[in-house]
Amino acid sequence: MSLSSIWGILLITLHAMVPITLTAVGEVFGETAGLFNIGLEGILLLSAFTGALAATAAGATVGLFVGMGTGALVGVLFSIINTYWKGNQMVTGIGINLFAMGFVGFGLTAMGPGFSAIPAARRLVAIPTSGGPFSPIIFVAIVFPFLAYFFLRRTRAGLILKAVGESPEAADVAGIRVNLVRLLATTFGGVLAGLAGAYMSVSWIGSVTKGMSAGRGFIALATVVFSGLNPLLALLGGLVFGFFDSLALWIQTLPGSKAVPWQFLAMSPYIVTLLVVAGVIGRVRFPKALGEPYKRE
Amino acid sequence: MSARDRAPDLRWRALKRRTLTGLNPAFESLLAGLAGLLIGAIVMAIWKYNPWKAYAAMFSGAFGDTFGIASSLARATPLILTALTFSICVRAGMFNIGAEGQVYVGALAAACVGYFSLPPGLHLIVGLAFAVVAGGLWSLGPAILKVTRGVNEVISTIMFNWISHFLGFYLVANIMVDRIHSERTVSVPPSARFPLLVRGTDLSYALFAAIAFAVVIYFILWHTVTGYEVRAAGLNPTAARYGGINSRRTMLLAFILGGMGAGLAGASMVMGQPPTFAITSGMGEVVNLGFDGMAVAMVGRNHPIGILFAALFFGGLTAGARAMQMRAGVPLDMVLLVEGIIVVALAIPELARVFRILEHRMVRFLRRRSA
Repeated sequence: MSLSSIWGILLITLHAMVPITLTAVGEVFGETAGLFNIGLEGILLLSAFTGALAATAAGATVGLFVGMGTGALVGVLFSIINTYWKGNQMVTGIGINLFAMGFVGFGLTAMGPGFSAIPAARRLVAIPTSGGPFSPIIFVAIVFPFLAYFFLRRTRAGLILKAVGESPEAADVAGIRVNLVRLLATTFGGVLAGLAGAYMSVSWIGSVTKGMSAGRGFIALATVVFSGLNPLLALLGGLVFGFFDSLALWIQTLPGSKAVPWQFLAMSPYIVTLLVVAGVIGRVRFPKALGEPYKRE
Repeated sequence: MSARDRAPDLRWRALKRRTLTGLNPAFESLLAGLAGLLIGAIVMAIWKYNPWKAYAAMFSGAFGDTFGIASSLARATPLILTALTFSICVRAGMFNIGAEGQVYVGALAAACVGYFSLPPGLHLIVGLAFAVVAGGLWSLGPAILKVTRGVNEVISTIMFNWISHFLGFYLVANIMVDRIHSERTVSVPPSARFPLLVRGTDLSYALFAAIAFAVVIYFILWHTVTGYEVRAAGLNPTAARYGGINSRRTMLLAFILGGMGAGLAGASMVMGQPPTFAITSGMGEVVNLGFDGMAVAMVGRNHPIGILFAALFFGGLTAGARAMQMRAGVPLDMVLLVEGIIVVALAIPELARVFRILEHRMVRFLRRRSA
């Protein structure tokens, strides 16, 4: 195997890593503050669609920002329901995922068959390398976990986030507005998932389909479990899942690969996710108040 | 305060008593349903469809004539079963998103009856048994991961859904493919098909299988000790443990019962749905049944009786959506969108409280006008 083909495989892996890492790091913020958002899958799908819509109309940068805005909007909705209105986080997330599937399916059909691919000129400009184009968002996905690590472990704001997730009562007594902090954390998680979704359509794949999120929101949730709320481990987890996610893409280019049907390669990221989650659980501790709405006595 | 001032207040209080206490869960479901249809209308209007025309087409397509009603009932059949899958696990304190994949596996297992022949009736029963066992076995994976390793069932069931999705694609395209029609699997022979209930429609006796399953689940959950234990462990795991209930056992049981229901749903689609009685590539017959079922379960308040009514509503929505697509050109995915809104609305426990605040404002408004 030559050096350039190894670089080619790494490049595909890095591209597949981005949505999982960004979404997982965003969810680390939300879960640290005590909210468990299973609607991430829906946010990925929705923002891939709205991002593509905006990019086709006004260019890639606008597309990315619209994707983030979509994520923020869903994030705000999710957190208002689950903080101020004491909603059920699981049910809300399920609803968001259903809505996203319906909305994007509806939108794609309504836009007509000409829409789904974004014109090349409207995609995010990639850096040309010997193994293929290199999306600048990869830098964001690699640098951001380090910033997030610093923020969560070394700043006062990070400590407040942790307090709200571990012991909302104590945080409340200390004068922290628990629900507001949770709202901000989950909205931020939504923004990152939105960026991840828009990246998929505007930069990585260059088109939108109904099934394009393909469980990545849930793989990101599994990555958060794997990371134990450490953004740096979320980066590593994203890389591992990205590798298996892209397995089916590059293995077919190798000689003798026809022996394994593509469907089995396509299954591999989900099987690996199951194995990893089953392997690490029990050794990871989560915030005490995770998943519980905070009610003042 | 004069009697005239109090009049609207009393009237509102009476209305409140009638709606918000007696009918509370049903009323909330209704409210959520209206919210879903309203937001659906707004989305349609944004894309320049006529919501009135669309909903009129939907209603007449779903309940307008015998064909429509039969079609709605046929759509409701698998939804009753997948909704039960979800709600049994909710009663046991878990969120089982795995009905989707368990339906695929059940349908694939049921389609295997095309490979051998048996007398009519027996053939059907064997096919159902295949599907029920396959669905139950497929649900065992997430269940075992949950009770032995504590893996969150939402994540594991989604992973199992995707695995069965690709497994299904593989089997349909490579192993179970029909020799003449390469776009689908072998067809279920007439001896293993559910007889049609209304000629010229796709409503079959599978409906009664679904209703029977709902009755069985109702009986198990509310009239047996095991069912009581399942519900107790779901309501308060700590108290149940002190009461001597083995929560691992109740979790496993809930998952397996649910998987059996989903498997049956898969069988009802291949053995009771004309014209092909097979699974086509892309598995269009069974895709989304599991997800639709979750919305049905929530609107039906996770109760078998409620689910029967909710399934009729969503069956009508799905059947009507076809009419809506044909007459008003609205894409079928509208149904999923409406379902999503309904589920989000039902996630808010204080939906009634939000409504009550609106009501207070209304009272104040009326009072000001009458003053």
